[in-house]
Amino acid sequence: MIGKLDITTLQQLWWILCSVVGSLFLFLTFVQGGQTLLWQVAKDDREKSMIINSLGRKWELTFTTLVLFGGALFAAFPKFYATSFGGAYWVWMLILFTFIVQAVSYEYRKKPNNLLGEKTYELFLFLNGSVGILLIGAAVGTYFTGSNFTLNAYNQVTWTNPLRGLEAAFSLFNLSLGLFLVFNARVLGAMYLVNNIDFKGLPQFEARVRKSCLSSFLLSLPFLLYVVVGLVFFDGFGVGKDGAVAMVAGKYLGNLLAMPLVLVLLLAGLFLVILGVTRTGLAKSTTGIWFGGLGTVLVGLAVFFTAGFNDTPFYPSKADLQSSLTIYNASSSHYTLTAMTYVALAIPFVLAYIAYVWRLMDARKIDERDLADKKAY
Amino acid sequence: MGELDLGMVNWARAQFTLTAMYHWLFVPITLGLSFLCAFFETIYVRTGKEEWKRLTKFWMTLFGINFAIGVATGIILEFEFGTNWSNYSWMVGDIFGAPLAIEGIFAFFIEATFFAVMFFGWERTSKGFHLFSTWMVAIGSNLSALWILVANSWMQYPVGMVFNPDTARFEMQNIWEVILSPVAVAKFTHTTSSSFVVGSLFVIAVSSYYLLKKRHIDMAKKSILVASVFGLLSGLFTAFTGDESAFVNASTQPMKLAAYEGLYKGSRGADIVAFGMLTPGKRTGDGQEPFAFEISIPRGLALLATREWNGFVPGIEDLVYGNSAEGLVGAADMIERGKKAIVDLAAYKAARKAGDDAAGKAALERFNVNKDYLGYGYMTRPEEIVPPVASTYYSFHYMVYVGTFIIFLMLFFLKAGLSDRLAENRLLLRLGVASFFLAYLASELGWVVAEVGRQPWAIQDMLPVKMAATNIGSGHVQGTFLLFFILFAVLLLAEIKIMIKQIKIGPEVA
Repeated sequence: MIGKLDITTLQQLWWILCSVVGSLFLFLTFVQGGQTLLWQVAKDDREKSMIINSLGRKWELTFTTLVLFGGALFAAFPKFYATSFGGAYWVWMLILFTFIVQAVSYEYRKKPNNLLGEKTYELFLFLNGSVGILLIGAAVGTYFTGSNFTLNAYNQVTWTNPLRGLEAAFSLFNLSLGLFLVFNARVLGAMYLVNNIDFKGLPQFEARVRKSCLSSFLLSLPFLLYVVVGLVFFDGFGVGKDGAVAMVAGKYLGNLLAMPLVLVLLLAGLFLVILGVTRTGLAKSTTGIWFGGLGTVLVGLAVFFTAGFNDTPFYPSKADLQSSLTIYNASSSHYTLTAMTYVALAIPFVLAYIAYVWRLMDARKIDERDLADKKAY
Repeated sequence: MGELDLGMVNWARAQFTLTAMYHWLFVPITLGLSFLCAFFETIYVRTGKEEWKRLTKFWMTLFGINFAIGVATGIILEFEFGTNWSNYSWMVGDIFGAPLAIEGIFAFFIEATFFAVMFFGWERTSKGFHLFSTWMVAIGSNLSALWILVANSWMQYPVGMVFNPDTARFEMQNIWEVILSPVAVAKFTHTTSSSFVVGSLFVIAVSSYYLLKKRHIDMAKKSILVASVFGLLSGLFTAFTGDESAFVNASTQPMKLAAYEGLYKGSRGADIVAFGMLTPGKRTGDGQEPFAFEISIPRGLALLATREWNGFVPGIEDLVYGNSAEGLVGAADMIERGKKAIVDLAAYKAARKAGDDAAGKAALERFNVNKDYLGYGYMTRPEEIVPPVASTYYSFHYMVYVGTFIIFLMLFFLKAGLSDRLAENRLLLRLGVASFFLAYLASELGWVVAEVGRQPWAIQDMLPVKMAATNIGSGHVQGTFLLFFILFAVLLLAEIKIMIKQIKIGPEVA
């Protein structure tokens, strides 16, 4: 059946798949959010270690999802991969930098003779959770605000801004999206910790974590508001009937209205996040993460779908509108997309074993015993 | 297509070399030690003896320290294709992207998921499930190696694709040809088995150190016994797959083979140089003797490369200047045809843009005649297709010598281990510690043979490295080079300090 799909269907299918991976990554940034909460909610070494050990059992999932997001975009939309990574050079390099330092920090932080000292590794984790997520948000923001590049007849990229991608962080919209993601990650981080740590005998610690969920959510609101207002009122990039890209007034609002399902995803997602926040910040429930997580995934899907569907170039160029990338002109060949779709059939199995192991390992919450283990982070 | 700044290309090259070789400091240990941990734990589960559990946990601690920095240095590589090699990513992304995505789906998640169980699941899961998880980490790590090596092999031997002039890129036509290419099979088996040797030697080196210091004697002996069996079998298999790799090279990358064998003039029934020193300053076509000194084995190279007594093995000069008697076309002809292909492709593009279908069709027909030589069109002189011979030649020979030595070393360790004479044999133990570093270097140099030996090509015969890079000023690449150089140096230092400390601490006492 897959072998009979036409290329347009496959291109759309792969945009959906990439969106799912990207949205799952946004959910899994609860690890990064937790990393930035470390100083705020942990008042002593034991509390700190509980947080690190709780997050330390999950960080690799987030990391791997980011790598898969990159790999899936490379395989399905190589023109985006070549244009954005080669063009917006510094923004991606700095994001990578923060993930490299994250990867060693859990393992090395508490090990004797670790050269840099505990505090430095904690700083690495903070950088990853703040600067790393902020820049990812700024990079995703360029899906709507556009970038500065031209493509020649051979599809080779020339970047026209000397900041090579860092200029993305100087747009108010991109910055707001980045900061929203940073605070949303903290919201999710608090939800996850409430779910994962055994707070028996540590009521003040628990109260601080729950409070941080609420405060982070409130801090995220102005940035969310700016992003939503921007999407509703800004001119957007649209592909006309003739295939030419032009600025279209109210384009992204138009996309949401033209695709009611996406609007529903967005509203349902925001509602679920709020529900998660109330369960974590205002009530005593430990299940907030499932609402907040699912909500984040739905919002993420809505964002990616708005960027890529309904005759919208998902990676528009401000410098040369006709160089803009759409899911149709940036994709792999029909053959490759077909082959990769067969491969993608494995994804449900992957999700299933991840979920199984997650349940198995989290059946008992993180407590003192985990900190006593010689392998503890 | 626009030419790129060569300074930038060389910086991008330097950065890839830096990051890849850093990454490779950790990968062989991960690939080998993950299986050894699985063996140790299997013995624990089957015998139920606590000492095997302590032993397993000790090696897992060292595995974890190594694994973390392996992950850290790995992520940069996946994205570096895009950041520094943007033209490459576009031109071959249709083929090259697939194995990277498959790697993510099929391998990385296995590692990430079961790693947590392997480290933190001793009390949280059953004995059986924990053992299963340890095996999954080993299998997952080696599966990641499979997919990245499939991708690398395709660069060495591009198959299963066709050039599309409309998009100006190569497009995949048969994924099975890509996955099952003989180069991929040889490369995967050779790389993993040689990494098993490095992992085994890591265990042997640390254990030998303990025996020399008379500490943890029982654990060290047990570890050596298992590691020497694994190391010996892997070493033999490495030799076998190495021979197979050379045989495959003869048909897929004859220039690389000629470079690492130091063969300038090809012949029928060619000899192989067992020991030899290259003439310093020797250049292609300058008429100097290639070797200042050499000991050769008659007909050795013909046998290795063609499996025939009298087979023809082309030398560097045959490939550069052609050899009409053996039906070899020289590079000068291919460059000329390549230049025609470039002109015709540009004409096709211009005609398409102008809407002139007839002119476009004619240009395309002309292009198709020479399209297989497109990559050669970017070369300026025939000698440019010769890789750096000395570094390729010496790296290859070092690898072969050390590989052979290690097989005997493993045999001695196994023999001493079986007769329980390890503790007395201090010379062997000292060799055991030192050989780890020899093997490490051999493993790194294997990549020098593979990657330096295929210069100047990013994709063999299709895309020169100088056309593959990103259009970016060299200052940016120098900046990130410096950034990663400093960062990785600091992290490596931290890793070594932590590792040495953990080795000094040793396993938990009963």
